[in-house]
Amino acid sequence: MGMTMSQKILAKHAGLDSVREGQLIRAKLDMVLGNDITSPVAINEFNKAGFSGVFDKDKISLVMDHFTPNKDIKAATQCKQCRDFAGKYDITNYYDVGDMGIEHALLPEKGLIGPGELCIGADSHTCTYGALGAFSTGVGSTDMAAGMATGEAWFKVPAAIKFNLTGTLGKYVTGKDVILHIIGMIGVDGALYKSMEFTGEGLKSLSIDDRLCIANMAIEAGAKNGIFEVDDITLEYVKGRVNRPFEYFKADDDAVYAQVIDIDLSQVKQTVAFPHLPENTKTVDEITEDVKIDQAVIGSCTNGRISDMRIAAEILKDKHIAKGVRCIVIPGTQSVYMQCIKEGLAEIFVNAGCVFSTPTCGPCLGGHMGILAAGERAISTTNRNFVGRMGHVDSEVYLASPAVAAASAIAGKITGIK
Amino acid sequence: MKAHGIVHKYGDNVDTDVIIPARYLNTADHKELASHCMEDIDKDFVKNVKDGDIMVANMNFGCGSSREHAPIAIKASGISCVIASTFARIFYRNAINIGLAILECDEAAKDIDAGNEVEVDFDTGVITNITKNRTYKAEPFPEFIKDIINKGGLLNSLK
Repeated sequence: MGMTMSQKILAKHAGLDSVREGQLIRAKLDMVLGNDITSPVAINEFNKAGFSGVFDKDKISLVMDHFTPNKDIKAATQCKQCRDFAGKYDITNYYDVGDMGIEHALLPEKGLIGPGELCIGADSHTCTYGALGAFSTGVGSTDMAAGMATGEAWFKVPAAIKFNLTGTLGKYVTGKDVILHIIGMIGVDGALYKSMEFTGEGLKSLSIDDRLCIANMAIEAGAKNGIFEVDDITLEYVKGRVNRPFEYFKADDDAVYAQVIDIDLSQVKQTVAFPHLPENTKTVDEITEDVKIDQAVIGSCTNGRISDMRIAAEILKDKHIAKGVRCIVIPGTQSVYMQCIKEGLAEIFVNAGCVFSTPTCGPCLGGHMGILAAGERAISTTNRNFVGRMGHVDSEVYLASPAVAAASAIAGKITGIK
Repeated sequence: MKAHGIVHKYGDNVDTDVIIPARYLNTADHKELASHCMEDIDKDFVKNVKDGDIMVANMNFGCGSSREHAPIAIKASGISCVIASTFARIFYRNAINIGLAILECDEAAKDIDAGNEVEVDFDTGVITNITKNRTYKAEPFPEFIKDIINKGGLLNSLK
């Protein structure tokens, strides 16, 4: 029986010729990731268990991104704990204020994940790296602690849903619209425990940034991972970034899938997820009522990359956001931030009445840098719109692409762009 | 091993942001996390929960963020067992890794109401609803997971 892309990567890392759905395996890890929220819990467990060293100081990434620059004394204390741990074990990939970025924007950019590699991260959006043809999945802090100590993790081999992509995306329709469309179709548990495997000639129409955005939100459909078949676009992106040998995999022709879903990208429309679940989607054409907004957030591990900044800037250029709207633009990494300055995007944002922030997860999870009051409403390019996600329990988050968020910030209400 | 307590009942897609809101993630202290457990969907939970009580929910319990603070907050609040129709996978993993007992049982999740008195026998997977005088059978854990639980969590099982 043939294997899926995910199953092949798991088999290789478990030292097995083949694996089958449901099999429990132990596999060797190429990268273990944590951030300033999940790492302190992992470090406590690591110390409590009495481990005396890490398995490989080059294969651990600690990124201070959620509540940084430190939002309060407790956050500062947690970062200090991570910094001390990184110092003690000489962790190569420790990223703090000044060189950090939002973890899932940063790791691909730095070439820390390559095609065919196996990564766990104590952050649910670790599934982002599947965009590069890696098997990458979110875990908890205890798994992270065990991973840092042993370089291994246990996995239950997942079944998969195959997404066969055809066609080409329309103007101002992006990866974000594709993944919101899919989650709207299959629901927030539509891919529970499964891999979402993306393939087909439609891949040609999806940039790496589109793919990173789509894989990023695989977790919002309950998936274990999202993964893209490696092609020339992937190889071009990792060239000069991943400076080590890697082996990537195509699914076998006779691989078995729980479901096969065809998506014609030319039919995907600009899409918005209404509160309080990412599956509550409407295309912009279906929004008939006026949904006024108080805030727009453009950034995050989902949409904080340079193409996101460019499309937002293109729409905001020579315009001004509506009176009464606050628009917060947050590039994902220092390099995206610098690129925004060089290309004149930062100037466009500030002239349009937006704030332009240092990289941080900040408002996405209601941490800092844009918390909502009771009754307030935000359109956001982030990935979750759960109750209280961005602030008060009586606030609302609407998920959309940077193009739709920028257009909505100008209109003062949720709107698409032609 | 058995659990016995009063049920706190929730619906579908209970996410980790409502189990423990991110604004409290600037600490890893178990008691402090427990003091805010469920407050965005049930502000009385912390006041009402008693040691040994049982949490029951429907589909996709624990979806969203991978924060281990969520099962930690539930466990530290005194909950002895979570029963749901299905669990989101990271939450499921985290609960096992930290030693919070969880059971998947759609029949029990649908039939049990808030305030019911329930007993769970982990060896047999039998869930008894004392209030309604009914029993349900949960899927037993695979051996691999039983081994982690019996050894007191993932890190102890690696020693």
